[in-house]
Amino acid sequence: MALFRLNPLAPQEPALSIANTDDVLQLGDRLKGVRLIALRFPKFTDGRAYSQARLLRERLGYGGELRATGAVFLDQLPFLLRCGFDSFESDQKGFGPALAKARTLFSVVYQPTGDGRATAGQLRLGRRNSVAA
Amino acid sequence: MPDTHFYRYDDYDRALVAERVEQFRDQVQRRLAGELTEEQFKPLRLTNGLYLQLHAYMLRIAIPYGTLSTRQLRHLAAIARKYDRGYGHFTTRQNLQLNWIKLEQAPDAIAMLAEVDMHAIQTSGNVIRNVTADHFAGAAADEIEDPRVWCEIIRQWSTLHPEFSFLPRKFKIAITGSPNDRAAVRVHDIGLRLWANEAGEVGFEVIVGGGLGRTPMIGKTLREFLPKDELLAYLEATLRVYNRYGRRDNIYKARIKILVHEIGVEKMRAEVEAEYAATKDGALKLAPETIEAIARQFAPPPLRPKRTKVPEVEALKLENRAFALWLKSNVAPHRVPGHAIVTASLKPAGAPPGDASAAQMEGVADIADAFSQGEVRVSHEQNLVFPHVAVESLPEVYRALERLGFAEANIGKITDIIACPGLDYCALANARSIPVAQRISNHFAELSRQHDIGDLKIKISGCINACGHHHVGHIGILGVDKNGVELYQLSLGGDVDFGRTALGTILGPAVEADKVVEAVDALVATYLEARQAGERFVDTYRRIGAAPFKERVYGAV
Repeated sequence: MALFRLNPLAPQEPALSIANTDDVLQLGDRLKGVRLIALRFPKFTDGRAYSQARLLRERLGYGGELRATGAVFLDQLPFLLRCGFDSFESDQKGFGPALAKARTLFSVVYQPTGDGRATAGQLRLGRRNSVAA
Repeated sequence: MPDTHFYRYDDYDRALVAERVEQFRDQVQRRLAGELTEEQFKPLRLTNGLYLQLHAYMLRIAIPYGTLSTRQLRHLAAIARKYDRGYGHFTTRQNLQLNWIKLEQAPDAIAMLAEVDMHAIQTSGNVIRNVTADHFAGAAADEIEDPRVWCEIIRQWSTLHPEFSFLPRKFKIAITGSPNDRAAVRVHDIGLRLWANEAGEVGFEVIVGGGLGRTPMIGKTLREFLPKDELLAYLEATLRVYNRYGRRDNIYKARIKILVHEIGVEKMRAEVEAEYAATKDGALKLAPETIEAIARQFAPPPLRPKRTKVPEVEALKLENRAFALWLKSNVAPHRVPGHAIVTASLKPAGAPPGDASAAQMEGVADIADAFSQGEVRVSHEQNLVFPHVAVESLPEVYRALERLGFAEANIGKITDIIACPGLDYCALANARSIPVAQRISNHFAELSRQHDIGDLKIKISGCINACGHHHVGHIGILGVDKNGVELYQLSLGGDVDFGRTALGTILGPAVEADKVVEAVDALVATYLEARQAGERFVDTYRRIGAAPFKERVYGAV
């Protein structure tokens, strides 16, 4: 299994591994000081870890490394990145090159998430306001 | 060509759809090169509308809120000619299905769709599906607000949603803006009903956990009144609860209706409201300018009130009985006096319900350009609708539809049958649906008789997945397989009208294919003898119960 990390120098200790049936909102003190959290995709069609990732990033303010493990394929990358994952275990051929391109595969996004990308809606609002001003 | 009176893509929408085509092209190439297994490829093709049927791939094209410009409809005809066998099938979810697509050509077909700002994104798979709406939206006399504005807002939010692209199961949303629900909102994963409260504010009733399939359920009210600008925050909260807690151990128990049933609507509400409280007033709250900008694009065409009594129409009514019946069943009131909403019947006697050839699609586009502001709608009852027709043009529209074979005066009648594709196409089916529909349609073809029988909805599914909505048919027909023989189970009393939504009750043992017509005939005869003034079939059934129907049917077959 190869490991791909967007921030290769980030600390990986202490680490926490979470099952996709765990309620991340109940982690409480266990999150304190943690620098790596591994979330799991038992099957790539099981999407519970996407919600866990967004809750960790956006609700709980978790800023350490967030790793996708298990059945992780390159076609999930645009979704994984938008939900806050920045590290990936995958043995799929072509995963590395796909990761390099995944962020620009779609130049437009519609949903506000913790990744900070401006949505089409926000860009339109900005355009209208600049025309109005 | 007239301007469109619904949402027009801007460069953001266009860029996303184009990029999606290229992504899919790459995925198909990797599949053909053996780099993706079928197991890996399947969810990818499904969320691009590509379904593997019995004989070939089927492409399910999204028609958001069932609204099409004539330019789009002509282009669909061209795609059907170029990549399929020159016809298509309009579905109960306001989509168009092409049944004979080749995998290698699918990316090109989808690229051709993108030329007219259309796509097949999320028309299948365990994702938020194409959102459906009242097919009379923006034209109906009884409408509070145009629901399509909200369908478009949801379309954008749900498209490639990063968190909700691998849900436990498919997720269907429908919206109505009228008190007379024509979108069946109580039998969807989420149904939204626009209504005005005592203060005169318009908001949504949010209904959750309805659905048909093998465990039919009527949806329950999750939120009585939701402010409109909080819609996306509330939907995101609901979907998040479903994504986290929906069952994934058994696909037959994975829909949100099972979650709601198992934990109860109170617990579901508590979970959703807690999630919503943590996110509302956040980035998903809709700015008034955003809502206005989209609503402006749905501004109705500038129709001037016209005379409502037109001598030519009155004269034709007297001399042509079929036209008179057509006015009754296929023409609905428009909000602007002197105009009407016309439904073209895709159920001529003996035809497969919902099918249209490329030439017929072009003919419909010609009529819409000449008489309906260049706009066509697809109804969930598998018919096509001209939303804005002047009363004075009705005779011409009728004649043009006659030439296309779409002038049958049977909307809402016994031959306006909903049927799934069934065993003729579908890999899941246990029995054929289309031939059964065709037999009933031929048997009851005589128009005066149909109008005498009155409103009667027959819905046919070829298996318990219930794509033909048999649970909510006044007469529901379900195909089952018994030791290799196709049998049909009858149920009575289903309904999707708002406030009367009900699931049908099974009448008795299933009957053989060649006995279905006799059985339906016996049901109708029972009704005709027992009905009181003004009663529809389903009203009589409710009053007198199943026994007389049962006796007649099982005595007869």
